[in-house]
Amino acid sequence: MLRMVVCVKQVPDTTEVHTLIREGVPSILNPFDAHATEAAVQLKEKYGGHVTVLSMGPPQAAEALKKCISFGVDRAILVSDRAFAGADTLATSYTVAAGLRKIAGEEGLDLVLCGKQAIDGDTAQVGPGIACRLDLPQITYAVGVDEVDLEEGTITVQRRLEKGVQTVQAPLPALLTCVEEMNELRYASLPNMIKAARYEVEVWTAADLDTEPERLGLKGSATVVERIFAPPEHERGEIIPGGSEDPAGAAAALLDKLIEQAATSEE
Amino acid sequence: MAKDKQPRLVIEPEKCIACGLCEAECPFDAIHIEGDVAVIDYDKCKVCRKCIPICPTNCLSVEGGKEAAPAEAAKPAEVTGKVGGYSGVWVFAEQDSGEVHPVSWELLGCGRTLADTLGCELAAMVLGEDVEDVAIEAGYYGADRAYVIDNPVLQVYRTSPYAAACISLISKYKPEIVLVGATTLGRDLAGAIATELGTGLTADCTGLDIDEETKLLRQTRPAFGGSIMATILTREQRPQMSTVRPRVMEALPRDETRQIEIISEDLALTEEDVLTKIIGFQADSDLDAPNLQYAEIICSGGRGLGSPSGFELIQQLADALGGVMGASRATVDAGWISHDHQVGQTGITVRPRLYIACGISGAIQHLVGMQSSDTIVAINTDPDAPIFQIADYGIVGDLYQVVPELIRLAKERNLKEKLLSGVAF
Ligand SMILES: Cc1cc2nc3c(=O)[nH]c(=O)nc-3n(C[C@H](O)[C@H](O)[C@H](O)COP(=O)(O)OP(=O)(O)OC[C@H]3O[C@@H](n4cnc5c(N)ncnc54)[C@H](O)[C@@H]3O)c2cc1C
Repeated sequence: MLRMVVCVKQVPDTTEVHTLIREGVPSILNPFDAHATEAAVQLKEKYGGHVTVLSMGPPQAAEALKKCISFGVDRAILVSDRAFAGADTLATSYTVAAGLRKIAGEEGLDLVLCGKQAIDGDTAQVGPGIACRLDLPQITYAVGVDEVDLEEGTITVQRRLEKGVQTVQAPLPALLTCVEEMNELRYASLPNMIKAARYEVEVWTAADLDTEPERLGLKGSATVVERIFAPPEHERGEIIPGGSEDPAGAAAALLDKLIEQAATSEE
Repeated sequence: MAKDKQPRLVIEPEKCIACGLCEAECPFDAIHIEGDVAVIDYDKCKVCRKCIPICPTNCLSVEGGKEAAPAEAAKPAEVTGKVGGYSGVWVFAEQDSGEVHPVSWELLGCGRTLADTLGCELAAMVLGEDVEDVAIEAGYYGADRAYVIDNPVLQVYRTSPYAAACISLISKYKPEIVLVGATTLGRDLAGAIATELGTGLTADCTGLDIDEETKLLRQTRPAFGGSIMATILTREQRPQMSTVRPRVMEALPRDETRQIEIISEDLALTEEDVLTKIIGFQADSDLDAPNLQYAEIICSGGRGLGSPSGFELIQQLADALGGVMGASRATVDAGWISHDHQVGQTGITVRPRLYIACGISGAIQHLVGMQSSDTIVAINTDPDAPIFQIADYGIVGDLYQVVPELIRLAKERNLKEKLLSGVAF
């Protein structure tokens, strides 16, 4: 039996963001986290066990957790408190690790799964941060789990690297961060959808966790945003005329320009 | 200004664009967007000033009190406990069997400027087995010193021994700044080290410089889906850590006359201490496929291609010019082409000598991945497409009419041969 926790985040659907105005931007379950959740559910189907999802976020992040319930997850916990607001990756991994410790105390913990990164910040730092805080072997960029040996207490995982796929074996408990190729998301079954709709997400506040207040949220963050600004404007280049009336002429003019420019920059 | 007056946060409503950033930033839930303006709840506001630098239109300020400037910003970094005694700019030299990832040299290039501004050493952190050559090479690319740990457990990268090695060096020599390439390996490592050291880590920086007054590292990166840029500081913890993607910074020319001082350290770790074992590696079959990241000429296609088969045309153009094919995210999302061709914020950052964008609108997330290209060409039917703002040369027209002509002429003039021999561009 494998006792698993998936750490998930609700993110703005950034494919829809075109301006700074966040109003009306739909929130979604971070896509990589959806794959991590699916991976955990598949492992449960194969080896038996239990899947809990954990998220740190504002109250509305409960929606993302309910979505996970529809994937076949057993339990969903939202760690939510004003004290957590403004957390950078350092403070986030601290709080999430505290949540994981509490879960481990209640139900045990063999495997933590995270998404490779969240699409809003793209940092890929929280997974390794959690592994470090809980002293778990970290296996990033997982594309597949070859085997879990419950007797030996090991997991064998394939990792996507820049030049190929590496197979590693680590002792349990361990932490994986998952990429999209890990699996194909399935449609939620009807019973799971009904379960999700009715599910009451458990909410833990700072008081429920064993944490030091000065390490939470903004106070516990090592990085601060000094300034936010619009990307610099660029100088408009040269439009080569005739693009629609005389494409051949425009193409020739372009190549002339490029060759001319190359010649001058060689000097 | 009355001395006894309590400082309070004020807003210039006419400047406010109701973006909601202050609301998101406020740790005390004291600002809310109501209609088209931010409203301050004075019962909750603690005048922490956290919202002030966040505001893109500078409409928030503090009125009254003794000082209007943010308290933290005025405080020199030296006064805080952990900061003192840290000096030096370090770059993690990423290597695999002695082959160094070029991002490490790029970071040394950027690190050289930072170290010179600070008046401190630039060092490479070199870990592995038999890596002295890597240390010497780091000298050619600008490092003054190399901190080397040569140990068989470091032969192939694994997180725990590498993190332990980095932490032992950093704890002993206390560098002020540590830069790591935002590669698969670098991201795996940097997050582990920063957490263990309890310090800040800023991912995917596109700009790094030193603040004149505070001497802090100003780490600039795209934020909120790339629509805006943010400058991030690690004020009180050390080292200040950043990751930077390949191709964002420029390496110095290799100079074999440069000498490097090598400092070797031991690591008290043996294979028995490392619990994670590598039991296999399957190299990608298309390893010889052209490398987009380091390509000199890139021809990219976007949604303007209209269908997946459009990429055949782009490939022909790339072939005719001796280049490599790139793509926008819209085409990757549509399943027209694989993700490893994607240029941009969630794809690859490129810096070719020539970038030709065909049927790409020029969304900011695409631009951040290719704007450092030497020469940019855009072909687009829409004269108002933002890509023309950044292009050196633009053709307003149908790519299906222009590109075939380009291919024909490029072949006719034998441009590929010329390009390969370095005559053109
Ligand atoms: C968080 C986030 C991350 C993102 N990351 C990336 C990224 O890494 N890379 C990326 O590219 N995008 C990224 N995007 C998406 C980006 O915002 C744009 O949606 C995308 O770049 C648009 O692709 P496109 O230019 O191909 O398509 P469109 O914007 O649809 O533009 C198509 C263009 O083709 C032109 N056109 C149409 N027909 C023709 C023709 N026959 N001949 C010539 N021109 C023609 C049109 O005028 C138009 O300008 C990201 C978005 C977000 C929110």
